Amino acid sequence: MIVRSQGFYPEFERKAGRKRTTHYCAGCGHGIIQKLIAEAMADLGIQDDTVFVSPVGCAAFCYYYLDCGNVAGPHGRAAAVASGLVRVIPDKIVVAYQGDGDLGAIGFNNAFQAANRGDGFAHFFVNNALYGMTGGQMAPTTLAGQKTTTSPYGRDVVSTGEPLKVCEVFDQLERPVYIERVSVADSKRIMKARKAIRKALEIQKEGKGYAFVEILSPCPTNMKADAMGAAAFVSEEMERAFPLRLFRDRSGEEPPRPIEVEARSIDDIVSADYEGDAIDDLPDVRERRYKFSGFGGQGILSLGLVIADAASEMGRHVSWFPSYGPEQRGGSASCSVVVSGREIGSPAIDHPDVLVAMNQPSLERFLPTVPPGGVAIYEESVPLEATAPEGVTVHPFPASRIAAENGAPKAANTALLGCLVELGLLDMPGEELRRALVRSFAAKPKLVEGNLAVFEAARGHARRELL
Amino acid sequence: MSDSGPGLPRPVIFSEECKGCGRCVEACPKKVLHLTGEVNAMGYPTAEYAGAGCVGCAFCFYNCPEPYAVEVHKEDE
Repeated sequence: MIVRSQGFYPEFERKAGRKRTTHYCAGCGHGIIQKLIAEAMADLGIQDDTVFVSPVGCAAFCYYYLDCGNVAGPHGRAAAVASGLVRVIPDKIVVAYQGDGDLGAIGFNNAFQAANRGDGFAHFFVNNALYGMTGGQMAPTTLAGQKTTTSPYGRDVVSTGEPLKVCEVFDQLERPVYIERVSVADSKRIMKARKAIRKALEIQKEGKGYAFVEILSPCPTNMKADAMGAAAFVSEEMERAFPLRLFRDRSGEEPPRPIEVEARSIDDIVSADYEGDAIDDLPDVRERRYKFSGFGGQGILSLGLVIADAASEMGRHVSWFPSYGPEQRGGSASCSVVVSGREIGSPAIDHPDVLVAMNQPSLERFLPTVPPGGVAIYEESVPLEATAPEGVTVHPFPASRIAAENGAPKAANTALLGCLVELGLLDMPGEELRRALVRSFAAKPKLVEGNLAVFEAARGHARRELL
Repeated sequence: MSDSGPGLPRPVIFSEECKGCGRCVEACPKKVLHLTGEVNAMGYPTAEYAGAGCVGCAFCFYNCPEPYAVEVHKEDE
């Protein structure tokens, strides 16, 4: 029997030449820890089902070494990347590996929230009480009085805070299944670390939830010691602030199951239940650019959507591009709709051929953008104070009044739809728009009748008054 | 030496992968590892087995930060 490394690539492709050594300094804890992780992955037979998230810092190159799936997270974000991965590949095993500067400072909230949600990944936290790769600066975990390049007189905990005890903080949370602090300073401690790392991965294999293992680790270079001196610092100094212990093991309990929600594809949700096929170009269809504008709640976005839907049903190229403020109601809202016989380059519109404005601010804002030959229709009750650009036809239209007279006072948008049809600005038969209007109320069938009445009344009015 | 024969446990050190940190030397309960005065191509002094006395505990392997610098053979294949 041979005791040798398992779970590593046979050769490390990081640099030409030395393909059997890591980039770690002599005596660094990272290599020891990664050997334990790789060995456990190999023993548990999970290498092919595991995605390992490398951090930023000295361990950034784990993906050159560990023979499993690998991704690299941005600084501090390994936990956030792991949180994402467990959602998109729920049947795979996810491992995040971070140092104390990475996890304890910039990434603390990501790690903390992942622990609080109990996201199902193994989270290895390598604590050497300083920032390693960047040159030995003070980290949140730096000990009281510890000298680093940015605490040259020793860390003053009054002005810079106490060493951050991440296990103790996470132990306040309900969701973590397993929390342990171990060390790789010597053989006895390494054997305990080996068990804890293995346990965290077993918990993943069994799908039990979030497992957090903090590993105290020597950094000879930045602790300014040789390998044994750094290991002694870990055992003699760091362990006083960070006592080794098993904080929690709930792996024997059945994990709680989230509420089952039917999985729906994004296509299901956004394509309104019908599939769009690839469509042919229609050379006879002229491209029209519409801007619908008003305040949120007037049905501006819906008006654009009904037209886009009808045009799409007729096999035309369509884009619908909403723009609105943070308010649910009352902020300014607009949407840009392009209907074309060719593929549409951009859904954004600076100069609409057809402008519909349902309130004064939007009329003032967009009327000057309509090019010569364009048409602007606005709610009649809005006083027209802006001057129409030359060559632009402007129609006031009593949309609100028609809607109110037909028993659907909120359907001024539908009245404007009728007006647009009748003026021939939609290049579509009224029947197509009538059908699209009915479809748009699929979830609110009570509103169909009133809206159709408004639609027809508005068409009649436009025919009589505007043509 | 008599006790380094076939069947007996022994560490196998790959000196080109060794960085001479000395963790294996310190960890060995039988004190049968030491750093040589010689350096490898990278310039690191390297660890060496005395040739006898290994009990196969593999502490040298687990203390070594390098994946491929040391193996422990517990019997000859």
